[in-house]
Amino acid sequence: MPIISMREALNQAMNEEMERDPDVFLMGEEVGYYNGAYKVSQGLLQTFSERRVIDAPIAEMGFAGIGVGAAMVGLRPIIEFMTFNFSLVAIDQIVNNAAKIYQMSAGQFCVPIVFRGPGGPAVQVAAQHSQSLESFYANVPGLKVVMPATAYDSKGLLKTAIRDDNPVVFIESETLYGVTSEVPEEEYLIPMGKGDIKREGQHVTLVAWSKMVHTCLDAAGELATMDIEAEVVDPRSLRPLDNEIITDSVRKTGRCVIVEVGWPHCGFGAEIAFQVQRDCLDHLDAPVERVTSDDVPMPYALNLENEVQPQVKDVVAAVKRVLYLE
Amino acid sequence: MPSIYPLARTCNGYAQYIPRSIVRPRQLSYPSRPMSTPEQARIDPVDEEPEPVTKEELMPLYRQMLAIRRLEEASAKAYSQGKIGGFLHLVIGQEAVCVGAIATIGQDDYVVATYREHGHAYAKGIPARPILAELFGKKTGLVKGLGGSMHLFDKETNFLGGHGIVGGHVPIGAGAAFKAKYRGEKRVTLCFFGEGASTIGGFSEGVALTALWKLPMVLICENNLYSMGTPLYRSLAVEDVSMRALSHGMARDRFDGDDVIKVKRRIAVAVERARETNEPTLVEVRTYRFRGHSMSDPGLYRTKDEVAEWKRRDPIRHSRQRLVEDCGVGEEELKELENEVKAEIADAVRFAEDSPPADEYFPYVIKE
Repeated sequence: MPIISMREALNQAMNEEMERDPDVFLMGEEVGYYNGAYKVSQGLLQTFSERRVIDAPIAEMGFAGIGVGAAMVGLRPIIEFMTFNFSLVAIDQIVNNAAKIYQMSAGQFCVPIVFRGPGGPAVQVAAQHSQSLESFYANVPGLKVVMPATAYDSKGLLKTAIRDDNPVVFIESETLYGVTSEVPEEEYLIPMGKGDIKREGQHVTLVAWSKMVHTCLDAAGELATMDIEAEVVDPRSLRPLDNEIITDSVRKTGRCVIVEVGWPHCGFGAEIAFQVQRDCLDHLDAPVERVTSDDVPMPYALNLENEVQPQVKDVVAAVKRVLYLE
Repeated sequence: MPSIYPLARTCNGYAQYIPRSIVRPRQLSYPSRPMSTPEQARIDPVDEEPEPVTKEELMPLYRQMLAIRRLEEASAKAYSQGKIGGFLHLVIGQEAVCVGAIATIGQDDYVVATYREHGHAYAKGIPARPILAELFGKKTGLVKGLGGSMHLFDKETNFLGGHGIVGGHVPIGAGAAFKAKYRGEKRVTLCFFGEGASTIGGFSEGVALTALWKLPMVLICENNLYSMGTPLYRSLAVEDVSMRALSHGMARDRFDGDDVIKVKRRIAVAVERARETNEPTLVEVRTYRFRGHSMSDPGLYRTKDEVAEWKRRDPIRHSRQRLVEDCGVGEEELKELENEVKAEIADAVRFAEDSPPADEYFPYVIKE
């Protein structure tokens, strides 16, 4: 099986879906001639021409809205945000229009659109470019929110997102574009709302998505040297959320640590923590723990930036707390 | 294959992107008036000869305007009786703009409008019954009681809403126009908004992209001189909204909207341009709402004289007068039509009142 990067996997997903459906088009800043700010759309312009790979000027509100309007009348736009930080100037289109038109029109107009691009902290790009906005979007009924952690998941989920009749907020991690995994050559789709066990274990459940899956896998490796077997559960999509895969795991392990790179206050992990205590109270042997970034805008200096975000040692420490080892 | 979305343009031919031929010789308020003053909020006199008209053309437009007026009056009454809730923005006084403009397009063409859109919906072909039932929050409403006054949508007539965020729907209109061009369809999109929208980002970005990508859309600014309670001169440095087109090399037009025939003729030019050449146009139509911004607004920021002057220019009265004087329509025939309209709206009110209440809200959140 070929081993490819997440960047290539996303590129393949768009390529295949654009090949399959002439109504799919890609629009965003630098997606065409520049081949994408992060090269995710590499080569698509050559394959599909300027008609379907459209370089937009710096007007997120404008082109996100054009995507919504085009989706209402039958097209399937992929709107790329150079980073999800810039989605904030288009949030009116995502929250007030894309998420609501299916309901406001009583089901007459659906909005099959994908808003995608990198999100979460990169490296030393400071406060305005280092935000995890999934909790914002996951709060909104009418949206779906997907956050893949591997190349395999990225391809299967993006293809599903493009075919979905609803608006999908598809947040990639800037730091994961180069991460590789096995991706089959034959076509496959991964449904939204279906999580994945990234590592099996009996002693504690680690719930994480996107970049934090890798932090948790590293932590699980370290914990294994202490004879602690951690199970890493990746919900892959936050809305819809695979509650079952999380609760099944917690019922097995009796302990739960939720790890997210976002802020603690009203972060998505709080929702998972609620669901876990509601559904697994009798199985829990310790209070649910959360590991998050510190409650601050991201600083620039590398040492501070690392300190703000959850590190392997933070996850290990949280696991020890729920196991009463400290 | 030639591109329909050129990525770069040469700048040397900038002027050629301004279709000067369509800029009417009519005197514009800018730059002859160098500064914004309260004076600019005054009413411009109707200074043009009315377009010649036939009964066949004017009668259906008069009927539509009248039906919209009656529908709005019925809504106001129901609102004061507590049968309609929330916000209710009436289009009374502005009927000639939506009716005249929408008369230039067909069922396949798209309309996207603001929260003051009952008239646009009716003019696009949506019957009074589902509109009123929607306002009443009933199951039989156009959108099953889920949208209300501000969110009328209709797939059958290609009415794309009913939007409550000022200017946020301008990119949506551009998206519908984008799709028409993408698929090579000869469909035109009419996008309505108030002059108050011209200061918000969604408008600016929507206009910029519409012009850049040459999307077949006609942007119609219904300039009713007040963005809620704030008059033009306190909200716009340049009161001529159509001037915004110039910085994008976009065609523009600007005129008074009392005469439905004039609206129809002038918008038809822009629609034709969009349909045949994908060239968008920004049209500013000066109009006036006789009532406040919404039902909760008594409109105390306007003088009685100003309102009275605009009521004198009532587009419905104007059309009726022309039917009598220029088309030779008899009083009896007009009375008959007016009774018919009255009955239509009375029936719609009864329908709305008798309909069962809205009863579901879960099925339309996510499409399975």
